[in-house]
Amino acid sequence: MNHRPITEDDLHAYVDQALEPERRREVATYLDDHPDVAKRIGAFSGQRDLLRTVLAPIAEEPLPAALNLARIIESRRQRPFRLGWAVAAMLLLGIGGAGGWIMRSEIQASPNGLVALAQEATSSYSVYAPDHERPVEMRASDTAQLVQWVSSRLHHPVKVPNLSPSGYRLMGGRLVATAHGPAAMFMFDDDHGSRIVVLTRPMNGTDENAPMTPHAKGDVAGFAWADGGIGYSLVGQAPPDSLRPLANEVRKQARTI
Amino acid sequence: MKDMLHQVEPLIPSLRRYARALMRDRASADDLVQDCLERAVSRWYQRRDGDVRAWLFTILHNLAVNQFRRTASRGRHIPIDETNKDSFGEAASQEHKLIYQDVLTRLARLPEDQRAVLLLIAVEDLSYAEAANVLGIPVGTVMSRLSRARERLQQEIEGAATAPANVVPMRSVK
Repeated sequence: MNHRPITEDDLHAYVDQALEPERRREVATYLDDHPDVAKRIGAFSGQRDLLRTVLAPIAEEPLPAALNLARIIESRRQRPFRLGWAVAAMLLLGIGGAGGWIMRSEIQASPNGLVALAQEATSSYSVYAPDHERPVEMRASDTAQLVQWVSSRLHHPVKVPNLSPSGYRLMGGRLVATAHGPAAMFMFDDDHGSRIVVLTRPMNGTDENAPMTPHAKGDVAGFAWADGGIGYSLVGQAPPDSLRPLANEVRKQARTI
Repeated sequence: MKDMLHQVEPLIPSLRRYARALMRDRASADDLVQDCLERAVSRWYQRRDGDVRAWLFTILHNLAVNQFRRTASRGRHIPIDETNKDSFGEAASQEHKLIYQDVLTRLARLPEDQRAVLLLIAVEDLSYAEAANVLGIPVGTVMSRLSRARERLQQEIEGAATAPANVVPMRSVK
């Protein structure tokens, strides 16, 4: 008989009862022939039993009120609601109060080019990033459809930046309305739940090529730039120093379309 | 959110057990679990497809690591011997309490990363691949940490046979 050699990993998997039955028998036979190893592995199994026995009562304890999941869900549900209304109220006040009869001139005076793009990205971040229910319209699992959709609406092949080497995973995206036509928004998050947003749209003749430009509003910071008529802005609630490398990465990837 | 309640609620006891064994302190462990549940609720719709249990353990573990870092930078480490024994748990019998205390004390002497691997695999029954995912390390690293954790705990236990940890040395009478 020609057995695969027994590895240290096999021995641990034996302790953890994670081996296929056939391999388990092979390891058992090996242990029968090697009492020293068997003794060590026996001790590890003993540890495992001890830990499980000793820690089991913790899982039997009644849950404290603070860990009542239904209550946590309930209180969470009210929070995005309030936040959502705060944002909506700000937008309404902005449009209704400052706007109103001067609406026409407001639009005429609204910025163009990179400044506008930066504002749009910041607004999109402020509206969608705090959203707990539906921050993105299409999730990362539907990336292919998302790309197809936004590319057809922007009349331009859009590529989703890959920021996972920098620790940010794609959550998904959506189409957002701007004064300069549709824009594609992609949202990412890291392991701590920090979100960033990348907004891209055609520049339509203004600032068709623009260098990487920082922008900030409150604690929401970002970088905007344009290459070959397509503008980008990356926005997040983080120090500009930590956002700049991400923006550089997005720019590098976009250039290789 | 109904499906969340059904999928997450049954897992809370094991999250508590992991947190308690990791943090040793009952109150801070439950705080951690509460944080974890709040995050889970707020990110329920963003989670990647896959095992809910591994996802929850990932959130909990990341929170624990942050907590360790904060505690380390603040230098507010609580020496094992000074922790309130009751904060470890409500063990049923006095005898069990002693063993419980003893095992946790020995477990606490392991480095955090080894302790985490051992608990996830040996107690919470995560597969090696799941544990690798939760800890954000390759499976090979999981295996070597698991191996080191077991060797180390064995040393602690065998060392205990010669000098039991729960026996307070008597002051020498001169």
